[in-house]
Amino acid sequence: MTDLPEPSGAAIAAPGGATPTAPSTRGGGGGLGRYIVVRALLIVPTVFILVTVVFFAMRATGDPITAALGGRLTPAQLQERIEAAGYDRPLLVQYIEYLGRVLTGDFGSTISDNRPVTEVLLTYGGATLELAFYALIVAFLVGIPLGLLAAARRDRPADAALRLFAILCYATPVFFAGLLLKLVFAVWLDLLPVAGRASTSTELQLAFLPDATGIYLIDAIRTGSSEAIADVLQHAVLPSIALGLLTAGVFLRLVRTNVIGTLAMDYVDAARSRGVSESRLVRTHAWRPALIPIITVIGLQIALLLGGAVLTETTFEWRGLGFQLAEYLQARDFVAVQGIVALLAVIVALTNFVVDVVAALIDPRVRY
Amino acid sequence: MSDIVRPARRPLADRLPVVRDLRRAVGLQRGMLIAGLVITAVFLLTALLAPLLAPYGFDQLRADGEAFGAQRPPSAEHLLGTTVGGYDVLSRVLWGAQTAVLVIVVAIVLSIIAGVLLGLVSGYLGGWLDRILVVVCDAIYAFPSLLLAIVMSIVISGGQSSLWGGLLAAAISITVVFIPQYFRVVRSEVVRVKSEAFVESARVLGAPSGRIMLRSVLPNATRTLPLIVTLNASEAILTLAGLGFLGFGIEPTAAAEWGYDLNKALSDVTSGIWWTSLFPGLAIVLAVLGITLVGESLNDLADPRLRGRRRAGVSSGAVAETSIAPAAAASTASGEDDHR
Repeated sequence: MTDLPEPSGAAIAAPGGATPTAPSTRGGGGGLGRYIVVRALLIVPTVFILVTVVFFAMRATGDPITAALGGRLTPAQLQERIEAAGYDRPLLVQYIEYLGRVLTGDFGSTISDNRPVTEVLLTYGGATLELAFYALIVAFLVGIPLGLLAAARRDRPADAALRLFAILCYATPVFFAGLLLKLVFAVWLDLLPVAGRASTSTELQLAFLPDATGIYLIDAIRTGSSEAIADVLQHAVLPSIALGLLTAGVFLRLVRTNVIGTLAMDYVDAARSRGVSESRLVRTHAWRPALIPIITVIGLQIALLLGGAVLTETTFEWRGLGFQLAEYLQARDFVAVQGIVALLAVIVALTNFVVDVVAALIDPRVRY
Repeated sequence: MSDIVRPARRPLADRLPVVRDLRRAVGLQRGMLIAGLVITAVFLLTALLAPLLAPYGFDQLRADGEAFGAQRPPSAEHLLGTTVGGYDVLSRVLWGAQTAVLVIVVAIVLSIIAGVLLGLVSGYLGGWLDRILVVVCDAIYAFPSLLLAIVMSIVISGGQSSLWGGLLAAAISITVVFIPQYFRVVRSEVVRVKSEAFVESARVLGAPSGRIMLRSVLPNATRTLPLIVTLNASEAILTLAGLGFLGFGIEPTAAAEWGYDLNKALSDVTSGIWWTSLFPGLAIVLAVLGITLVGESLNDLADPRLRGRRRAGVSSGAVAETSIAPAAAASTASGEDDHR
């Protein structure tokens, strides 16, 4: 997630046209390098604000120990643990201490099962990443071709049907889509597994793999067992579709709108006047510029995907961060919740940064 | 709305948001708008008439001294079957509409008040307050809205859920998610409007800032609000259902909530019991679909590039459309009825 594309390079300068050999680092009103630095600095307040909001929000209900263990310990025991953890000190002191620890990458330990939050994040982050990645693939495969089709058939029945499909994608909550998919493909047709990330035997096989990545597909490939790979992929199909369709609808609308926009531009008119057919106009002239906004929107989609991942993972018992978050929420373990949410804030801020930089690389007009 | 500073008014039908759009729409767009309005009307009527329509109460477990029984398939007594908790599915679906409408109304009213006020003050006064509010709102806006709503619902109700407590907690959680949207749109409009001649003349005449903001700027900065309201209403239903699905909704004895029912239906699906999940889910889809159709149509009609086909002066094609549903309004400025 942190590996940025190199800002120099001929392919990037090429859209500018004239001088593909000269990487632009200093332009008239601030070059790409400057843009990246300024944009990177903007991550800091974003993360800071979110961490602060979450910290004070979670503490507004009282100390985390009472919340998690309230009914199970005597008041004296509770008091003892609260003091041991330092939750009896002024909130501001705790906040500053918390900020300091977050800066060093320490998000505290969960109360319910007493694990470092960072460890929880590392263990389950891979699963969520994997799911989000599959879902993005589904979204691309479904959204972009259908969006192009809708634009080419504008205002005709195919367009109407596709627009309705896009709205349905948005209107269907991921968990309901998941339930329906489960019902049809897992229970009635019995084609795919009902839930989980792999069957028990594969889980065991992967668990004993030395330095497992937590991303099951990679781990399964490393075992070299084709059964394990097939098993892992089969488990991923339904959750990926459930989560992917949500974003597919957004992509479809976006591609349609932007292709319609570019189809009205002068150079497309020029091509049309030379007798290029409408479908060829879409295929060769209009679609490429229309894809740029999609890159920007992926940044916003990451937030949507992460929110959707919580629901999808709960629906399919996909043991990732979202599933874990839901478990901790049920257990009222607010230290864990706070840690996971803070980490997600960092991820969202970082992806938005990467997306903005990529957009700036592609479209020089963005750089300021 | 009644305060537009212009003597010559267009006819009423041209100024009411939805009615004006309905008259302007043609072909497919008109069909979408009408379909959306019909579904939305049915949804609202169901909410209003739920006590009359529903055969049983949303928390009713027995009739004539006899328990309904759990997970009964659809039958004459229970048209859509019963849930794992022994409630009547049809009744809970109908009552659920009422819960959804209540939450939407409270959430939207609260977020409009807060968002418009903040946007107005921030955009008009500018300066440090403006910059801080913009950064804070951008940070909140970028964050997954469902997670934010969860955090807020913990804050508000400690995760507990009583009748009005649960409703209010859900509504306020959703409000916090929406405020940045209203803030951004209103602020950008205010920044645009405040440099107009009529605002400057009001300032020269010595009108106090508060008066200028309320009388001159605000009425001219709200034209995209109906659009965001419709888009937010559908998002509110989804967020409410998401909260309910994760167990932060409203207890079944307090009110019927579709997301909660779907959560309880999760294990039913594995054993092939379809009626407990299908109907509450369809209710969500239909409600969101209706409102989104209205919102989409309004969005397209507000965008000269998408309204109808080939109208005069389609020259704004270079503007990249990067907005997804809720943010759409922000980029729909520079329409043809540009602030007269």
